[in-house]
Amino acid sequence: MAHFTKATSLHDWLNQRLGIDTVRRVMATEYWIPKNINFLWAMGMVLAITFGLLLISGIFLLMYYQPNVELAFDSVNYTIMQEVGYGWLWRHIHGVAASVVFLIIYIHMFTGIYYGSYKKGREMIWISGMLLFVAFSAEAFSGYMLPWGQMSYWAGMVITNLFAGGSLHADGLVEWIRGDYVPAQAFLNRFFMLHVLLIPLAILGLIGLHFGALRIPHVNNQDGEEIDFEAEAAKYKSGDKAGSKVIAFVNDFMSKDMMVVGIYLVFFFYLVFYHYDFAMDPVNFDPADGLKTPAHIYPEWYFLWSYEILRPFSTDVGLIAFAFAQVIFFALPFLDKSPNAVPASRRGLFKYWFWALLIDMIVLTAMGKLPPEGIFSTIGLVAALTFIGLWIILPFITKMEKKA
Amino acid sequence: MKKNKEPLILAIVVFFTLVTYYLVEPFAHSQMHKHIESEGFTYKDLPELTKQGDVARGKDLVMGAGACTGCHGIEVAGIPAPMDPVTAAQSYGVNPPDLSDAGSVFDPKFLAELIKNPAHALMVEHKFDVNKGQMHPMTQFYGAGGDLDQEVADMVAYFQSIAKKGEELTPAIAFEVACGRCHATRYNKWTQIGYKPTFKKKQDELAFDTKVLDYQDALTKYMGTLPPDLSMYIRSRGEHYISTFVENPQNYLKGTAMPRVGVSAESAEKVIEHLENVGDPVRHDRAEVGRNVMIYIIIFAIFALLWKKEVWKDLH
Repeated sequence: MAHFTKATSLHDWLNQRLGIDTVRRVMATEYWIPKNINFLWAMGMVLAITFGLLLISGIFLLMYYQPNVELAFDSVNYTIMQEVGYGWLWRHIHGVAASVVFLIIYIHMFTGIYYGSYKKGREMIWISGMLLFVAFSAEAFSGYMLPWGQMSYWAGMVITNLFAGGSLHADGLVEWIRGDYVPAQAFLNRFFMLHVLLIPLAILGLIGLHFGALRIPHVNNQDGEEIDFEAEAAKYKSGDKAGSKVIAFVNDFMSKDMMVVGIYLVFFFYLVFYHYDFAMDPVNFDPADGLKTPAHIYPEWYFLWSYEILRPFSTDVGLIAFAFAQVIFFALPFLDKSPNAVPASRRGLFKYWFWALLIDMIVLTAMGKLPPEGIFSTIGLVAALTFIGLWIILPFITKMEKKA
Repeated sequence: MKKNKEPLILAIVVFFTLVTYYLVEPFAHSQMHKHIESEGFTYKDLPELTKQGDVARGKDLVMGAGACTGCHGIEVAGIPAPMDPVTAAQSYGVNPPDLSDAGSVFDPKFLAELIKNPAHALMVEHKFDVNKGQMHPMTQFYGAGGDLDQEVADMVAYFQSIAKKGEELTPAIAFEVACGRCHATRYNKWTQIGYKPTFKKKQDELAFDTKVLDYQDALTKYMGTLPPDLSMYIRSRGEHYISTFVENPQNYLKGTAMPRVGVSAESAEKVIEHLENVGDPVRHDRAEVGRNVMIYIIIFAIFALLWKKEVWKDLH
């Protein structure tokens, strides 16, 4: 057993029992981050802050929300939005953050792709990040069911129908997921449970894994340079902060993070107060009605690209393409055969592949919302085929890449 | 020192974000929804009023030969509604409105046409075709023996003289007269037969609810479907859609049973304001809290920037 002495201060008392100085050193003051980074490296902190906003606003909403098909709509739009003091504020923060968090996730993902931050030992960072993306997607979808508006109901109908597997006609599976033949009380209750308990638990665990995965391979840098972290840390600690290639997580990196967070929050709260409509579809302000199908059913903007990969094909082919789109990002570290872990701008054809993927996904996003008619469905089909084609050629073009 | 790429990176991130936003919001919505320009509630298809109305003669016509009070109450003139709302709806399909404020809620051109040819003014001729024997429940005014246009102008002048004007005509009254006999707004307890009071006895409450349901049954039969509750319409449809829809329902829903309501431009604004009061009553709080939060967060961002500069001056 450890030897305990009479504590000289509260700090000392805690330190003897919890080793808080060690924790602080390992987690903060001597957790080394490369210096050669830009503001895109702050997206992790921006995501953590946004998740915090979602969690806190969600806790407040949970105090008044009623997971009942008769009451849910009014508990959100009347009780929370009108009767409860500042309920509207928490709801708008929650709704806007749910949308903005995906913008930041996509920026974070494309940053990782551009700088090759999924290669050379960083595969688990990428994979745990993709698991987080899936968990956030499930969280967003389940949360979208809760106001029980027209779009909640019909999105729930469409997405759960996917599990019938087209020609497989696994209708039993769909009914099992819904707990009913159509989205109804059992459906709302289970998505409520998923949204407020199971998926948040998974997200918290995955965030731990994602942070843990960074520990050994360290954070990547703007030039993909391999840094001798121990040597550079020693240089930093000896006082040569300017000459060292690394900085401490706290305060060095944190101060830059908070600067980016500050600017981000100006943008975020502007949206919350003055431009929230984009995140709260008007159609969902009509109560759910199983007898009235809305003219246009579309998901929130962050799911549109994968929705558009499903839509232009026949049912079975569409489902296969959709399934492909859901999982293919996980395989990125293994499909990229290049030995180079440097920014895309310094890699042969991959440079073009990156921008082609980005633009193709934006095109898919736009077509996913537009009505699938005329030129839009043609563009959608071409963009969906391009998406699949890009992933098929990835191993070949990266294999051709010479060692830089 | 290496060139600072951050402004370029930021520009790229902002560019792609804005392009995506433009495509999925303004552009997609412009493709999905028909855009209809308002005509400013001028009702260009209706004839102008050419005659100067006389209030006193108008009053005589309304009370006498016009036979308005056979179906309508005029509370301000001491004339109660001839029937309770439920019986009226069961007789006519919808409860005929009290005419006290008709002169300011409705456009004068519209009122004149309504008196002369209800189905035409209301734009429901597809539903009420005289040739097929489908009579509109409101009987048209055939004249009292004199110049028809003069008589109609007199009646309109009378209605205008008794109606509440300006501030006195509140957004709630404008809504109740123009929309409230078909549409409920449960968020402020409005039903098609009036505000639902607070009852001490459950029996009284059930009796009231039964009346509402009976009224709604008659209305549903008349309209083909129960007109929707409008509590959240300011969020689900927005101001532009509501006002252009009210101006001419056939614009969006060809063949709809909803009549042209014929509100004046001023009353249309009041109806919208009322729907904002019901569906978005926190908008003033939002503006105030928003301003304070923005001030706070900008100060926070400035301090964060200064902290970063302070910490990083040793690192370069």
